[in-house]
Amino acid sequence: MTPNILTTVFALSGISGLLAVLLVIAERFLANYGECKVTINDDKELIVQGGSTLLTTLGSEKIFLPSACGGRGTCAYCKCKVVEGAGPVLPTEAPMLTPDDVKNNIRLACQVKVKQDFRIEIPEELFNIKEFKSTITSIRDLTYDIKLVRFELDDPNEISFKPGQYIQVYTEPYGDVKESISRAYSIASPHTEKSYIDLMIRLVPDGICTTWVHQHVSEQQRVKLVGPMGDFYVRDGDGEMIMIAGGSGMAPFVPILHDMKNRGVKRKVTYFFGAVSKRDLFYIDEMKALEQELADFTFVPALSEPAPDDNWDGETGLITQPLANYIRERDMSNAHAYLCGSPGMIHACIIILNKYGITEDRIFFDPFS
Amino acid sequence: MEHLSPWVIFFASIFTGNILLTYFLGMCSFLSVSSQVKTSLGLGLAVTFVLTVTSALNYVVFDYILEPLHIEYLRYIAFIIVIAAAVQLIEMVIERVSEVLYINLGIFLPLITVNCAILGVSLFMVIRNYSFIQSVMFGLGSGLGWTLAILSMAGIRQRLNEKRIPPALQGAGIALIISGIMAMAFIGFAGMVQIQ
Repeated sequence: MTPNILTTVFALSGISGLLAVLLVIAERFLANYGECKVTINDDKELIVQGGSTLLTTLGSEKIFLPSACGGRGTCAYCKCKVVEGAGPVLPTEAPMLTPDDVKNNIRLACQVKVKQDFRIEIPEELFNIKEFKSTITSIRDLTYDIKLVRFELDDPNEISFKPGQYIQVYTEPYGDVKESISRAYSIASPHTEKSYIDLMIRLVPDGICTTWVHQHVSEQQRVKLVGPMGDFYVRDGDGEMIMIAGGSGMAPFVPILHDMKNRGVKRKVTYFFGAVSKRDLFYIDEMKALEQELADFTFVPALSEPAPDDNWDGETGLITQPLANYIRERDMSNAHAYLCGSPGMIHACIIILNKYGITEDRIFFDPFS
Repeated sequence: MEHLSPWVIFFASIFTGNILLTYFLGMCSFLSVSSQVKTSLGLGLAVTFVLTVTSALNYVVFDYILEPLHIEYLRYIAFIIVIAAAVQLIEMVIERVSEVLYINLGIFLPLITVNCAILGVSLFMVIRNYSFIQSVMFGLGSGLGWTLAILSMAGIRQRLNEKRIPPALQGAGIALIISGIMAMAFIGFAGMVQIQ
């Protein structure tokens, strides 16, 4: 009986082993797509190992397309234009593509696989998104609850961004928070300074990232950043610019105004800044200086509840008050409005802007969320 | 069965002894993937490929390994291992050749492994004592016969989409009735050639 059992075992193992070897060889030839060339915007060429999805392939080359669903084809954020190489539309992407998308070769990067040379087009802004290793070199109090944090970029050591864009900060686990999370902050340093970025981070009660930055982080902390992202930047035009911000919503306007000063832009700019009381105001001196340096810039701070000893003689009330008073009397048919602050503030201001003649297509905003 | 010409076996396994419509093997994917002609054709060709390859491989495995070692009773498990490997191979081929077909076939592609038509053909070939050439032609013919059956079914079902079917019979119900009628038509040929 024993020889019989042994024969059985050897025969079956032999057959299975032989087939396994055959499959491994087949895989070397069939599932190996070799090196493929991905040409981006007819400009940059990447040599990549074929066989993975476009999204992962680009990710491994440190080009980050937005993706919220993690490559399952349900969020459609990773849409991009594939000029050549993708083959017919797949059943898994069809529900996410409009007829216009199909006509324009728009595909879901998370579904399309790189099996041959690709030519794709992605917006330059995305092309620019990188993962940075950085070190915190200074943390300064702007107000009692807003800190200005400087991140020196280590690798890569330079960033180029449009004034008004934001960057994602990745926290490290601390205390009860066991996972790394990411939060977006507008860059508050001039875009001409490429070796570091400043972020204005306000302490939000129970906020994971803000608590980390305010209470657990010190100088020399290494931080991962991914960016720049966002389409909150100044659009061309010659009409007046209305800027509205509250609290740390100041951040994107610092590089925006700095850039306008550098380029000698002559547009009329009125900047409404909302705070609770005097202890929430910051960068006042910088703004006063900009009023001198820019061609036509007015800074209008407004306090909603000035403390008795603030001796406040400026605007009082919610920011919507001075805003309405100002635009009611002026011609706003060419004006653009830029808003950054809490969703509530932005919502209230948009109602006022609409009411006095600034239509949605000329309003640009960046809500905290 | 030495006397049968391989060509007779080939045509007989397509028309008179259709693996699906006379032996009712491989019904599962036949009923579930037959809604579109294009996908059915893809699956049919995949099944044909796997059938041809596995009947050849299984013949070798049976005649040169199992029989000399007197372990014929292992043929079920040995055949299934060979089939599984062949399906793996065809999966790679399809993914390379047509991503669309690969996604459309979805789970039914790996499920060819447990398509009973394929194990059935290998077992018939042993029972009927076919030679190597006869076995390969039997495998190829059975595959094409299966493709023919699923293609006709898909064609009929596509036209059925525009017809009014009583609600109780929609879907699987009408599909089973159609396959029954198709099977009766094929059984009509069954007496013409005897291959077993």
